[in-house]
Amino acid sequence: MEETLLDIDLKDREEYIINMGPQHPSTHGVLRFETCLQGEMVKYIIPHCGYIHRGIEKMSESLSYPQLVHLTDRMDYLSAHMNNEAVALCVEKAMEVEVTDRVKYIRTILAELSRIASHQLWWSAFGMDLGALTTFFYGLRDRERILDIFEETTGTRLIQTFITPGGLMNDVHPNFQKRVREFVTYFRKKLPEYNQLLTGNVIFQERTKGIGYMSKEVAISYGVTGPSGRGSGFHCDIRKLAPYSAYPFVKFNEITATEGDTFARYWVRMQEMSESLDIIDQLVDNIPQGDYMLALKAIKAPKGEFYHSVETARGELGVFIVSDGGPNPARIKYRTPNFSNLFVINKIAAGHKIADLVAISGSLDLVIPDIDR
Amino acid sequence: MALLTTFREVGTYFREIYSGVASLVRGMRVTGGYFVRPQTVTQRYPENRKELKMFDNFKGELILVHDEQNHHKCNVCNTCMRKCPNGSIEVISKKIEGADGRSKKVLDKYIYHLDMCTFCGICVSVCDEHALKFDQEFEHAVFDRSKLVKQLNLPGSISQKEANNE
Amino acid sequence: MYDFAPFIDSYTSYLNAHFSPFWAGLISMVSLGVALLLFYAVLGLYLVYAERKVCAQMQNRMGPNRVGPMGLFQTIADLIKLLLKELIYIRNADSFLFNIAPFIVIVASIMAIGSIPFARGLQAVDLNIGVLYILAISSMGVIGVLIAGWASNSKYSVIGAMRSGAQVISYELSVGLALLCAITFAGSMQLSEIIASQQDGWWIFKGHIPAFVAFVIYLIAGTAETNRGPFDLAEAESELTAGFHTEYSGIKFAFFFLAEYMNMFVIAALATTLFLGGWLPFHLYNFTAFNTVMDYIPPVFWFFGKTAFVIYVMMWFKWTFPRLRIDQLLALEWKYLLPISLLNLLLISFLTLMQWHF
Ligand code: SF4
Ligand code: SF4
Repeated sequence: MEETLLDIDLKDREEYIINMGPQHPSTHGVLRFETCLQGEMVKYIIPHCGYIHRGIEKMSESLSYPQLVHLTDRMDYLSAHMNNEAVALCVEKAMEVEVTDRVKYIRTILAELSRIASHQLWWSAFGMDLGALTTFFYGLRDRERILDIFEETTGTRLIQTFITPGGLMNDVHPNFQKRVREFVTYFRKKLPEYNQLLTGNVIFQERTKGIGYMSKEVAISYGVTGPSGRGSGFHCDIRKLAPYSAYPFVKFNEITATEGDTFARYWVRMQEMSESLDIIDQLVDNIPQGDYMLALKAIKAPKGEFYHSVETARGELGVFIVSDGGPNPARIKYRTPNFSNLFVINKIAAGHKIADLVAISGSLDLVIPDIDR
Repeated sequence: MALLTTFREVGTYFREIYSGVASLVRGMRVTGGYFVRPQTVTQRYPENRKELKMFDNFKGELILVHDEQNHHKCNVCNTCMRKCPNGSIEVISKKIEGADGRSKKVLDKYIYHLDMCTFCGICVSVCDEHALKFDQEFEHAVFDRSKLVKQLNLPGSISQKEANNE
Repeated sequence: MYDFAPFIDSYTSYLNAHFSPFWAGLISMVSLGVALLLFYAVLGLYLVYAERKVCAQMQNRMGPNRVGPMGLFQTIADLIKLLLKELIYIRNADSFLFNIAPFIVIVASIMAIGSIPFARGLQAVDLNIGVLYILAISSMGVIGVLIAGWASNSKYSVIGAMRSGAQVISYELSVGLALLCAITFAGSMQLSEIIASQQDGWWIFKGHIPAFVAFVIYLIAGTAETNRGPFDLAEAESELTAGFHTEYSGIKFAFFFLAEYMNMFVIAALATTLFLGGWLPFHLYNFTAFNTVMDYIPPVFWFFGKTAFVIYVMMWFKWTFPRLRIDQLLALEWKYLLPISLLNLLLISFLTLMQWHF
C-alpha cells in the first residue's frame, strides 16, 4: 500500500514524533525532519525545508548576469565553482559565444577539484554521522590543500565567484599547475587511508549495506541525480550525457553501482574521487594558452528561454533563464539537485532505525542552502 | 551430511569474526600510526600571526590604492558603484574649481560597506583605472557594526589626474 | 619493598593511641573519603585531558594547548566553567529524579574505586568478594542513566536511556563471564588474592589463549558498559544530540561526564588487576637480572602504567570505529560475545581442573 504524506493524520497524539532539526547534529544545517518513531523504528519522515530560504531566484531578477553569479555560490556552497559554471554556460549558450579552450580547461580542473573537496567533506561528515569522529579531521586535512589552491587563484576559499559569463574573473596563479599536480600525488596516497579507516571497517559495512534501498525506478521518479542516483544504477552523469567545458577532451568513466543502498552511494562517491583525480591528471599538464576572458561588449541574453545543466558534486544543477533581452533575466530558475534528492528520504528511510535515518540522510549528501535557495 | 553443514556454518561464523576483527585492526593501524608519528597540521593562530602570510590574490578588504604622494587613481566614473551587486560602495563626488577655471568632479568620499560586501571581486575587475585592490587583511571582527563602514580614500588624498593637472 | 601497609598501619595505630575508638574510626574514614574524592577528581580531570590529547594526536591536531603548559590545566578551567554555569530548570521534568540522577551515577563510580588495589597495601577495603562488589556497584550507574533519561521529559533522552538500559543489561553478562575466567584461574574473588596468584606470571600469559580471549571480551564488553564509543548509543550525538544527558547543564552535566571517565578507569583497573597482574612488576621467566630491575619500579607505577595502557586501547577504539546500531550491538553480545565467553569459560574450567596453566 502506498501511503502518501497527505494520508498521515498529523493530529494523531499517539505518535512519538521527534523533530530532528532545524538544529540537530545530523542534518548539517537548518533542515527539519519531522520523524515519527515506533520505538527505534522510523515510521515516516516529513522533511520541512525553508529555514534558509533567501529568495536567490527572485533576487537574481534584479541583478545583471555577471552580478547574479555571486549568489549561486551560496546555494550549494561546496560546489561553488560548478554553480558559477552553470550560470556562465547558460548565459554563454544564450549569447552564442564560446570561451577559449584555456578557460574550458581551467573551469574543468576547478570543478573537479571542488568535486573532490566536496566529497572529502561529505566523507568526513558521513563518518561523523556514523560515530567515527576521526574521519572528520582526515577529510578536512586533505580538503585544506584544495582550498589553498583555490585561495591562491581566486582569493577565497569557499565561495569563490570565479567563473563568470565569458570566462574567468582573472587568470590562474602561476603556481596553479604545480600545486594541482602536488595535490594529485598527495591525495592518491591518502585515499587508501580513507578506505582502511572506514570503507573496509566491518561496523561501517554492517551499518550501510542493505540500508536505505533505493531502486532505479524510485531514483528516476524522484529525480535523484548525482552520486545518490548513480548508486541505484541511474545513468545521470551530465558530464557524460551532455559533455560541456573540457569534458569532451578527457577520458573518464561514469561510476555507477546497482545495489542502491547506502553503501553503494558511498562507494560511488569514493570512486568518483579517484576518477576526478584522473580527469585532473589529464588536463593539468596541457592547459592551452589563451585569454581568460572574452572581450564582450555587453553581457545580455537575447529574448528567449535557455536551459543548461551541469553536474555538481551532488547531481544535476539546471539553470533556466527566461530573458526579455535586457541585462537582467526576466525570470531565473535553478533546478537544484538537493531539492530532489531530499524528498526521497521518506521513501527510503521509513521502516529503518533512527541510526539508519542518520546514515541515509548522510549518504544523500544534502547541502541545505541548496534545497532552499 | 548435516554434520558437515554444521561444521561449515561454524567455520563461516569464525571466519566472519576473523575478517571483522582484521578490518578493525586495519582501521586502528591508521589512527595508531598517526598517534606514534604525529603529523600536526593545525596551527596556533594568534602566535603565528607574524609568519602568517595570505596568498597574493587573497580577497581581504577592499582598498583604494594610494601611492607615496597620497594620490589615488579614482576618477569618479561610478562604475564600481553601479556594478556592485550589493550596493556596498558609495562614491561621493564633489565639484572643485580646476586650475583652468573649469569646475571638475573629483572624489570626495569613497565609502565601502564591509558588512554588505560578498567579496565577489566585480568592483576590482570593472575599474578601468585599476584604482581598487583587495588587501590581505583578514581579521575583520569588530565590536561595533558602524566600524565596518569605511572611508577608503585617505585623508587629504587627491587623484593622480588632479595632481598632474596642477 | 614499597609496601604501603606499614604506613597505613602506623597511621591507624597513631589514631587509636590518641583518640577514642569511635573518633579514630571516624577520622580514618573521613581521611580515606577525602583522599578518594581528591584522587577521583584529579584522575577524572586528567583522564579527560588525556583523552583529548590522545584523540588530537590521532587526528593530526594539537589538542588543548592554551591553559597552562601544554594545556595541562584545560580541564580544570573547564570544570570551573561548568561549576559557574547555570543549572537549567526543565519545565515538566520530574525535578527530584532529575536532580538525583547525576549523583547516582557518580556515587556508583566513586564506590567502585574504593576496593581497587593500587599497590601493595594501598587499598581502601579488601573485600573477600571484591570482584563481585565492583561488578555490582558499577552496574548501578545505569540506574542513574535510566532515571536521567526518564526524568528529563525529553524524547531524545528517553530513547538514549532505554538504549543504555538494554545495552548494560546485555553486556553485564559478558563482563561477568570474562571476569569469571580470571576468578576460576585464581580460585578467589578477593582482589588481593587474585594478584597474589599472579606472582609467578600474569593470567593473560599463564592462561594460554583462553585467558587472552577472555581479556579481549572483557575489554569489548567493558567499553560497552561504560557507554563509550563505538558503543556510545546512549549518547549518540549524531542521532540523539546527547542522549540521556541532553537536558543537563552545568555541574550536573559534568558529573555524567566525569563518571564516564571514572567508569572507564574502573574497567581498566579491573582488567589490570585480573589479567595483567595488578601492581605486580613484569617478570621474565628465570631472567633474574631483568626481574630485579623491574622490581625497583614501584608497584604504583606498574598499576597505573598498565591501567593507562588499557585506557589508551579503549580510547583508540573510540577514535577509530563508527558507532554500532542498537540491534547490531545486541547481536554482537548475544550472538558473538556470549557464546564465545561461555565456551571460553568451559575451556578455562577444564584447564584449571587439569592444572594445565603454568
Ligand atoms: S574606483 Fe574605479 S570604477 Fe570606482 S569610481 Fe573610481 S575609477 Fe570608477
Ligand atoms: S567585492 Fe563585490 S560586493 Fe564587495 S564591494 Fe566589490 S562589487 Fe561590491
